[in-house]
Amino acid sequence: MTDFVDPHVVAAAGDPPDATDETHMLSHVTSTGISNEKLAMWVFLGSECLLFGGLISTFLLYKHHAGSGALDQTPHELYDLAFTSISSFVLLMSSLSMVFAVSSIQRGDGRAMRTWLAVTALLGSVFIAGQVYEFTEFLDQGYGFTHSPAWSAFFGLTGFHGVHVTLGIIMLVSAIVLSLRGRIGPDQAEGIEIIGLYWHFVDVVWIIIFTVVYLIK
Amino acid sequence: MSADATTIPASQVTPTDDGHHGPTDIYYVRIAIALAVITAIEVAWSYLPVWDDATGFKAFVEVAGLLVMMAIKFVVVASNFMHLKFDSKILTRIFYAGLGLAIAVYLAALTSLHLFG
Repeated sequence: MTDFVDPHVVAAAGDPPDATDETHMLSHVTSTGISNEKLAMWVFLGSECLLFGGLISTFLLYKHHAGSGALDQTPHELYDLAFTSISSFVLLMSSLSMVFAVSSIQRGDGRAMRTWLAVTALLGSVFIAGQVYEFTEFLDQGYGFTHSPAWSAFFGLTGFHGVHVTLGIIMLVSAIVLSLRGRIGPDQAEGIEIIGLYWHFVDVVWIIIFTVVYLIK
Repeated sequence: MSADATTIPASQVTPTDDGHHGPTDIYYVRIAIALAVITAIEVAWSYLPVWDDATGFKAFVEVAGLLVMMAIKFVVVASNFMHLKFDSKILTRIFYAGLGLAIAVYLAALTSLHLFG
């Protein structure tokens, strides 16, 4: 898959490289033309489809197993759809700000990149705050993780997604800090693009969860 | 879906200093607006009184409509925001192979557990 270019071999075959060429040659050249880091992120995201597929399938299997007695409502009977719709909109818009962050660093505008990364992290935090509020409401009504199979599946799926969003926020904040320390420049634009891939994936997973869990009765 | 989400007019593709070609910011804004509109239609669709106590074909139409809109949003985000449309095709294959495998495995599992029975 990859070939390591030995600068000495190349130099012996042709003109001596200048400093820029040598730096370039010391990096790995891949036969696909895609960096290993980016390829690895895509493979990881492909495997994440299986993880979330399992969680969504579990929810579909158990969504009507709400338990018996006084607390016998399913998650769908207690959703505040208007509230979750706003949360979904916020997460969708965070993908737009993430795209702006990537295009900013590709233009070499570090300050704009930091601003858009901060906006993305803020929107992600608003989404998480909404999820915490929603979970708290359910817990106050007596529906916890261990209440019934339906509620376990619901908290497992949406909670796992929330953990992914939280990890994304940590990545975004880390990138802002690294940029402020001068360790992320236009040369590292691909690193921001890879964080962006992760963030957009979290967004597309929510697109599925919102429809399958919240909208379909 | 409008043509905006699937095709890029030449005027909206600009080369950057490093030779990177990509859509302009206004293109992404249009994509985001399209996604927001689809989300609004999705929510409105699920609230339509025609689905009250829907069974049989009516219930099928309700769910199918939601799934189609979900799929459109998924593909639009993956193609544009995740740059699958502009990057190497091998990335598209890797991602959709994982997604296709997941759908096939879990559809088989859910069918064997009589979810659709």
